[in-house]
Amino acid sequence: MTTLAPAPHGTGGHPRRSRGAPAPAVRSLLRGLPTVPAVVLLAVFLAGPIAYCVYYAFTDMQLTGAAGTHFVGVDNFTRAFKDTDFLNAMWLTLLFVVGSAVIGQNTLGLALAVLMQKATQPVRALVNGVVIAAWVLPEVVAGYLMYAFFYDQGSLNSLLDAAHLPDQNWLYTTPILAVCLANVWRGTAFSLMVFTAAINDVPQELVEAAEMDGAGPWQRLWRVVLPVIRPSILTNLMLITLQTLSVFGLIYTMTRGGPGNKSETLPIFMYQQAFQNSLIGYGTAIALVLLVVGALFSVVYIRLLKLEDD
Amino acid sequence: MAAVATPPAPPVSKTVPAPAPRRPRRVRPGRLAINLVLIAVSVLYVLPLLWMVLASVSDTNSFRLKWPSALTLDNFDAVLNVDTTYRPMLNSLLLCGFGTAVTVVASVLCAYPLSRYRSRVRRPFLYTILFSTGLPITAVMIPVYSMFVQVNLIDSMPGTTLFLAASALPFGIWLMKNFMDGVPIVLEEAARIDGANTMQVLWRVVLPLMRPGVVVVTIFTFIGMWGNFFVPFILLLSPEKLPASVSVFTFLSAHDRTQYGQLSAFSLLYSLPVVMLYLLLARKLGGGFALGGALKG
Repeated sequence: MTTLAPAPHGTGGHPRRSRGAPAPAVRSLLRGLPTVPAVVLLAVFLAGPIAYCVYYAFTDMQLTGAAGTHFVGVDNFTRAFKDTDFLNAMWLTLLFVVGSAVIGQNTLGLALAVLMQKATQPVRALVNGVVIAAWVLPEVVAGYLMYAFFYDQGSLNSLLDAAHLPDQNWLYTTPILAVCLANVWRGTAFSLMVFTAAINDVPQELVEAAEMDGAGPWQRLWRVVLPVIRPSILTNLMLITLQTLSVFGLIYTMTRGGPGNKSETLPIFMYQQAFQNSLIGYGTAIALVLLVVGALFSVVYIRLLKLEDD
Repeated sequence: MAAVATPPAPPVSKTVPAPAPRRPRRVRPGRLAINLVLIAVSVLYVLPLLWMVLASVSDTNSFRLKWPSALTLDNFDAVLNVDTTYRPMLNSLLLCGFGTAVTVVASVLCAYPLSRYRSRVRRPFLYTILFSTGLPITAVMIPVYSMFVQVNLIDSMPGTTLFLAASALPFGIWLMKNFMDGVPIVLEEAARIDGANTMQVLWRVVLPLMRPGVVVVTIFTFIGMWGNFFVPFILLLSPEKLPASVSVFTFLSAHDRTQYGQLSAFSLLYSLPVVMLYLLLARKLGGGFALGGALKG
């Protein structure tokens, strides 16, 4: 199918030209016409706000209105990097992204995908079903369920009690761990799907050849399967990092960033500065930091993917 | 679920009919252990879900996972009224229904030239789209809020719908273009020779051939919007305009512990549509995994 795709570009204009038709410049404008609705929507609702974001990050705008807004240069940023709450939020965001996405979802997803290859059919269907069910649930519902699960009198503690293990008030003592685990619970399905697809694409001859040469299951995994699916691992890491960077509802439902600021990641800090402390300018500066971090990851991600026909 | 049933992975033939014909004894304990580990993971995964289902039909409110002493539908009775369930669900349906419609129509139109014509702007355009799929939408919400305040779109359902549609567009266009690339050009050329214009070709020839792709984009966009909490949370203010995602949140913060049974019942009702749609999607995709493939480009 992909081999057919380049064909139209050369011949697509042919019938039209034979009918004696518009000049090339006009023709390419006409051809671009269908993109207009999408371009307008994207320009107004995405590019517009991003430009706004860059502008307002350098002002002292407050929630009360734009009337008293002044240009304050990089004040918001110098303020941010001196603000211990901001540095705390940066640190927690890093913990959250590395802990729940890079380590948690990625490793668990890969482990489950590898193990599922060897499991019996009903067990595979079971794992797939429950992992994907947690992923399909709306974010706030997942947050609510995880709140109930980690709550002091919740299911996790009753399990630990039953096993005679020490329990604790998860949402108070280690809220960041609780939200990380919650994000692993909710998000692993994505990695699982990516890795299952990737492992199914590994040429079977390769694995069998390694087996013939006496490679055990571990060696086959480390020396054959993992190197072959390396591009998928990279793509997956970039995508789940981007998704995890912008998680708001899950954490906000579970802890609201608390207690204190112990689970206050950047999106939550940004929201609280902008809407609870009414500092839109400062909140926007934090949003810009988040946007730049996301943009950097996004650039790396598109460099990993090559547009197949260019 | 149905998701695993399809991929004809080689191990299947080894597992089901006869226990490992080649290496009968060595593999078995390992496979048993793997199955046990996977079952244990599944149990951990299912506990929170099970709690929600049990809490919704239980007459006592508790965060502990326990079998209800008596089954009751009182919780569902209590939430099935206009204020708690019907209006938020209707709002969700309006926001996500129209939002999805706008996204799908705009991305079909936009994908056609991207898939069919080559021009100087095509490459930068595609890279911009791909780049925007990665941008954290959470980060633009504060500037969007300021912007909506200035143009008086705050607390407007159409404004919120259009924003939801725009935020789903990059991924929609990208998926749609990939599906459209799979439609062979030959029939299209025949239609052109018969005098059909671009819109006729798109509508009569290309779209019918890529209906599964359109369905996938539609369902996927709708599921994403249905679960979206932050966008309506920021852009809508009046209680009577809030969708179900926000009302789950306000329910959770406004009520004391005595009403978790009701909240569970409402959460179940709210989650039901996306679970059903996902099952439909999994069948369409012949196993959920094609989406992973589509993401890789």
